[in-house]
Amino acid sequence: MQQCDFAVIGGGLVGSAIAYGLASQGHQVSVLDEGDVAYRASRGNFGLVWVQGKGQEIPLYSRWSMRSASLWAALSQELFELTGVATQHHNPGGVHLCYSQAELANREVELNALAQATGRQFTFDMLDHDQLRDLIPEIGESVTGASWSSWDGHANPLYLLRALHNGIRHYGGEFVPGSKVNRIRRNGGSFVIERDHQTLTVGRVILAAGLGNRELAPQVGLDAPLVPNRGEILVTERMRPLLDLPTTYLRQTGEGSILMGDSHEDVGFDDGTETPVLAQIAQRAVRALPALANTRVVRSWGALRVMTPDGYPLYQASESHPGAFVACCHSGVTLAAAHAKCLAPWFAGAEAPSEITPFTAERFHVQTSIPA
Amino acid sequence: MFKRLSPPEATNEAVVTFRFDEQTVTARPGDTVAAALLTSGISICRSTPVSNAPRAPYCMMGVCFECLVEVDGNPNVQACQAEVRDGMHVHTQQGARRLTS
Ligand SMILES: Cc1cc2nc3c(=O)[nH]c(=O)nc-3n(C[C@H](O)[C@H](O)[C@H](O)COP(=O)(O)OP(=O)(O)OC[C@H]3O[C@@H](n4cnc5c(N)ncnc54)[C@H](O)[C@@H]3O)c2cc1C
Ligand code: FES
Repeated sequence: MQQCDFAVIGGGLVGSAIAYGLASQGHQVSVLDEGDVAYRASRGNFGLVWVQGKGQEIPLYSRWSMRSASLWAALSQELFELTGVATQHHNPGGVHLCYSQAELANREVELNALAQATGRQFTFDMLDHDQLRDLIPEIGESVTGASWSSWDGHANPLYLLRALHNGIRHYGGEFVPGSKVNRIRRNGGSFVIERDHQTLTVGRVILAAGLGNRELAPQVGLDAPLVPNRGEILVTERMRPLLDLPTTYLRQTGEGSILMGDSHEDVGFDDGTETPVLAQIAQRAVRALPALANTRVVRSWGALRVMTPDGYPLYQASESHPGAFVACCHSGVTLAAAHAKCLAPWFAGAEAPSEITPFTAERFHVQTSIPA
Repeated sequence: MFKRLSPPEATNEAVVTFRFDEQTVTARPGDTVAAALLTSGISICRSTPVSNAPRAPYCMMGVCFECLVEVDGNPNVQACQAEVRDGMHVHTQQGARRLTS
């Protein structure tokens, strides 16, 4: 007998957004989350709701990000009314800083191509140093200029996660921490989810276990060839407002800390920090905002990104195990609104959102032909 | 509210004098700023950045960051980790620090 309509495996940003979407549409959902011992990008990320520059190779990704960005404010408001938790979402536009004329020119070419590929839905402006200084008075002299897009913003990812968890419970869903799923098997038209001392029988199962999807996906006829990629972040003491809008590597939180990101390191499953990397991040931040040189760093950490071989998301329904799905991506903050509002209905039987068609695992299965 | 628990032989030590906002405070050499403030009956050293609530030194061992003060123009100094010096200027840390002090 089925105990639940849906089991969502993984209670990070991806699983929680999906579970919230399903629960809010009246489905019975149980979220099973491994907990603090697991690698959890959702607790260690930078908090950008970002569109600018994404989707160069697959423009539908840009459209998917824009879909989410445009639903974010409503999601944030809805979560606040439901749970009293404010995600601190702001959408003042965002900038990507450039340090030479050549870099600025390259950036313009890239973003122009993106604007064209999205039928000019994606829009941006190029700013010279003086125009940038109007937006960020503290900007460093060595910053040549920036690209700016009104699509970009930021939020507090931890409050988002808490709001989603509370929202799931509000709609009668269940969030079960400390429950690692060991195995998933089919039983007639249902799935049996095996944990250490318990099993759960459900109608549909959504694999949203981040890097944990690697082991789970093959059990339901799916493939999730994910690789960890480490990013390190530093946080300063709280300061009076000085940075009104987020940049790719620097943002000021609602409480006043400055977050400095980030690195891209191929170090396997090591989520620690390394001083030389942190030093580089700090130096880049001080170059952008020289006044930061006087501030104290109060925390730093490393976290592992959930990366597919090409960096784009993976959304797939199992053909061999109907009712099983996998969902993971590298921009779980940005895409949270699309996951809750557009992806969740697909799992419940609606048509798949048109933007996600390229994001199946087949693209990783390169055909090798041996020349005769 | 706070009382020193000093060994008897320590009573006639030299005195260090510093300023806390508009007040003159005396302390013993080797005291931390936080200890000196508390033994002088000063219990509020800062206000919080988000809600402006008053705060006092709490853990006295450098982990809670409740004891922040401004020392000689230097913002967000942990008073429990700074030793008193003659003539130092200590100020209440009002909310979040400014970028340039
Ligand atoms: C340094 C860094 C900066 C980033 N910056 C941004 C940004 O600015 N904007 C943005 O949009 N994105 C950003 N990201 C990406 C974003 O954090 C991730 O896309 C997102 O958190 C992925 O969420 P997830 O739920 O898939 O994975 P995770 O957060 O890893 O969650 C997976 C969950 O699954 C659980 N789990 C694993 N295995 C099992 C199992 N067998 N059984 C049960 N549960 C299991 C774990 O406990 C975990 O809670 C950043 C990531 C990093 C590392
Ligand atoms: S009292 Fe806790 S850090 Fe100073």
